[in-house]
Amino acid sequence: MIDERDLITEIEPERYELFEGPTYNFQFDRRDFIKAFGLGIVFIVPMTRVLAQQRGQGESGRGGFNERTPQEIGAWIHIDEDGGVSVFTGKVEVGQNTRTSLTQAVADELHVPITSVRMVMGDTERTPFDAGTFGSRSTPAMAPQLRKAAAAAREMLIAMAAEQLKVEPNDLRIIDARFVNHDKSKTLTLAEVAKGRKLVKVIPDNIAITQPKDWTVAGTSALKVNARDFVTGKHQYTSDMKREGMLYGKVVRPSAFNATLVSAETKAAEAIAGVKVVTDGNFIGVVASDQQTATKAAGAIATDWKAPGQPSNAQLFDVLRKPAAERRGGGEGGGGGARPQGSIADGLAAADKKLEQTYTVAYIAHAPLEPRAAVAEWNGDKLTVWTGTQRPFGVRSELAEAFHVSEDKVRVIVPDTGSGYGGKHTGECAVEAARLAKAAGKPVKLVWTREEEFTWAYFRPAGVIDIKSGVKNDGMITAWEFHNYNSGPAAIQGKYDIPNQLNQYHQSNSPLRQGSYRSLAAAANHFARESHIDELAHAVNMEPLQFRLKNTKDERLREVLQAAAKAFDWGKTKPMTGHGFGISCGFDKGGYLATCAEIAIEKPTGKDAEKKNAKVKIVRVVEAFDCGAVVNPLHLKNQIEGAITMAIGGALFESIQFENGRVLNSRFSDYQVPRFKDVPAIEVVLVGSKGVPSAGAGETPIVGLAPAVGNAIFNATGIRLRSLPMAPKGLAL
Amino acid sequence: MARITTLNVNGKKMTVDIDSTVSLLSVLRNDLSLTGSKYGCGEGQCGACTVLLDGQPIRSCTTQVGRAAGKQIVTIEGLEKDGKLHPLQEAFIKADAMQCAYCTSGMLMSASALLNKNPKPSRDDVISGMNGNICRCGTYQRIIEAIQIATGQINAKEVGK
Repeated sequence: MIDERDLITEIEPERYELFEGPTYNFQFDRRDFIKAFGLGIVFIVPMTRVLAQQRGQGESGRGGFNERTPQEIGAWIHIDEDGGVSVFTGKVEVGQNTRTSLTQAVADELHVPITSVRMVMGDTERTPFDAGTFGSRSTPAMAPQLRKAAAAAREMLIAMAAEQLKVEPNDLRIIDARFVNHDKSKTLTLAEVAKGRKLVKVIPDNIAITQPKDWTVAGTSALKVNARDFVTGKHQYTSDMKREGMLYGKVVRPSAFNATLVSAETKAAEAIAGVKVVTDGNFIGVVASDQQTATKAAGAIATDWKAPGQPSNAQLFDVLRKPAAERRGGGEGGGGGARPQGSIADGLAAADKKLEQTYTVAYIAHAPLEPRAAVAEWNGDKLTVWTGTQRPFGVRSELAEAFHVSEDKVRVIVPDTGSGYGGKHTGECAVEAARLAKAAGKPVKLVWTREEEFTWAYFRPAGVIDIKSGVKNDGMITAWEFHNYNSGPAAIQGKYDIPNQLNQYHQSNSPLRQGSYRSLAAAANHFARESHIDELAHAVNMEPLQFRLKNTKDERLREVLQAAAKAFDWGKTKPMTGHGFGISCGFDKGGYLATCAEIAIEKPTGKDAEKKNAKVKIVRVVEAFDCGAVVNPLHLKNQIEGAITMAIGGALFESIQFENGRVLNSRFSDYQVPRFKDVPAIEVVLVGSKGVPSAGAGETPIVGLAPAVGNAIFNATGIRLRSLPMAPKGLAL
Repeated sequence: MARITTLNVNGKKMTVDIDSTVSLLSVLRNDLSLTGSKYGCGEGQCGACTVLLDGQPIRSCTTQVGRAAGKQIVTIEGLEKDGKLHPLQEAFIKADAMQCAYCTSGMLMSASALLNKNPKPSRDDVISGMNGNICRCGTYQRIIEAIQIATGQINAKEVGK
């Protein structure tokens, strides 16, 4: 079983995810709810620990909330007069299929079909506060909240129906959205119970929820609930929206990061019919009645910027490591991470073989296919912004701050969004659109170009990881010292039983703006750890799978390792000439995984073949994953396959190139992302047990590929690659 | 500059008044409110804007509307016929061949062009035919399966096995 307290320490938030709570906490009274919903029945879930956890405090709830008028609300469910079930949550849908999985949870608990449930998500005026959709928390934290609401609603509705039907409540069940008594002589629909009512019920916190073994709707491969809207092109992403009288915006970008505006010549732009130029400090933008004119007008503005000298790729790892390492002074203090165990000096003294290596990871871009977009509209001093963000309430705070208004004057609405991967936590585009709309006095749409998204969003942190270790000839690891500079603390400590270990994260001054990314630093930390483990196995001449099993007693980790190995036929077949096999394993955010990869070294042929590099082709990947009880096998497998595919880019070729405050590869023609031709045969093995609470699964499956591929490249060539990406220009043999 | 006044989109004659050098994508999205075709890169690299021009897949972001005049344009909105989804659309739903789905319109248009040329594409045919379309969520394996479900080459029940 997962202990919740363990989880909190495991999910140590990156520093850029340490958010303050909102300035107020939905101190609505009952009348507000009734006004907001009209007729029907509302079930309110009082917030307990979820919000406290999200704030990164680890505190166990505020306590003392009044059961009848909750001060903080986690979620609510509304039974509409027509019997429809509306569920309100601050989570957002960015492709991880949370809309579907949360719908399943509610349908399961309420005994209604999936089609009766409508999720209202990510709308700061209609949904309860939520810190954001990140950290794989929707499934473990939000789904149980909604289940509680639905379970309590079910019981209360049954009591109400029993009264209406004049039967005992325990004679009624809900089957397919109908109340039915034992001999089916009396039935009532949800609509018949909700009709004409105007009720708010606060649900008790101690309500029991259905356990995974008894799930009927959850646990099945329900299809994406609004899939039809996507395959027909009907779904309106933010970038597709149109408001009455809407204008189109364009921002004039600085010459480099950290630049300040010296002067701007705007006359030529202002001379274009229908164009309005907006300048405010370092901000220059234009609005026009169509996008072409806005783009043309922005191009007609001549600007002069002053920018400081800034580091480039070549200096990156020194910039990240040197100052932080000097501060550390080689001692065992100062960093963040798990508590040290034993003595590194003793562990090294006991070792037969010692190893010291450095691993690096590059900045990479999320490159969501829908770039940042926002539609902003002012009505008097009230601002509404539609935008694709993972943190609607965070963006609301940003907007309130930027415009010096209180948060209750700002509404942020998040349509289902063209992905995020941790890259859409911020509200840059929303703020810009709102500034333009304020000046124009009309709604304004602003959609970032691909170049803007590649340049002015933020990046997955680059990092340097130093590992010093010792191992005995029998394969027992005796010492492990791990220092991560800049990339982050997520999953910094592995599940290996090493008596003397130290795992620390050290902050650096990042030359580029950096932030969250799918799995945060877990991908970097797993790459370094699992590559180094492989190196240790070779140092003592042990088979890599056996070496791992020898050094961990963690049952769930052993189980995924064995499951992946079995499906891959690990140890039973040898790679063909020019091919290599690699394995890795890990744990993060409640999920365990093991990955086996087969790669092929494709030697160049034809003219000048000897001058060209070989290509690394990933041929086959098997990943075993355990996230506890599986909510939707179809979508879970899709997430795992997607994470493996996305991981190919970071493993082999993705890297932001920058020089003196400018990004040099801000287009898909310069920044390679995985394509159809890069995709191996992928096999996913689900190992979860129904007895273990579900963990989130959108992130952790990404962490295993890079080390498995690196280990496979070593297996094929004897070349050990310790920097991500490993083969941006192929492999010089 | 030359103006374009009519376009044939999804079997219908549409009246517009557009500079011929404006991108077809912009005209579809902003002037005709056909927002199913997406902007992803503006340089023809990602395929999110793919539409058919006289049956050929083209990148509408790098195609001037003047080139589309007088030709049959088919967008994602034209794939469904009389309320009945195209077999590819059905297959994409069944195979769960999407996550955020921002690439889906372009994938479907590229796939329909592929099937027009090659009704039973092998896995390799699909890969090379679709390689110009990016799915950043990484659902490529699902999309390959969906296309082969639509052609009857594999059974929907086999997906994700």
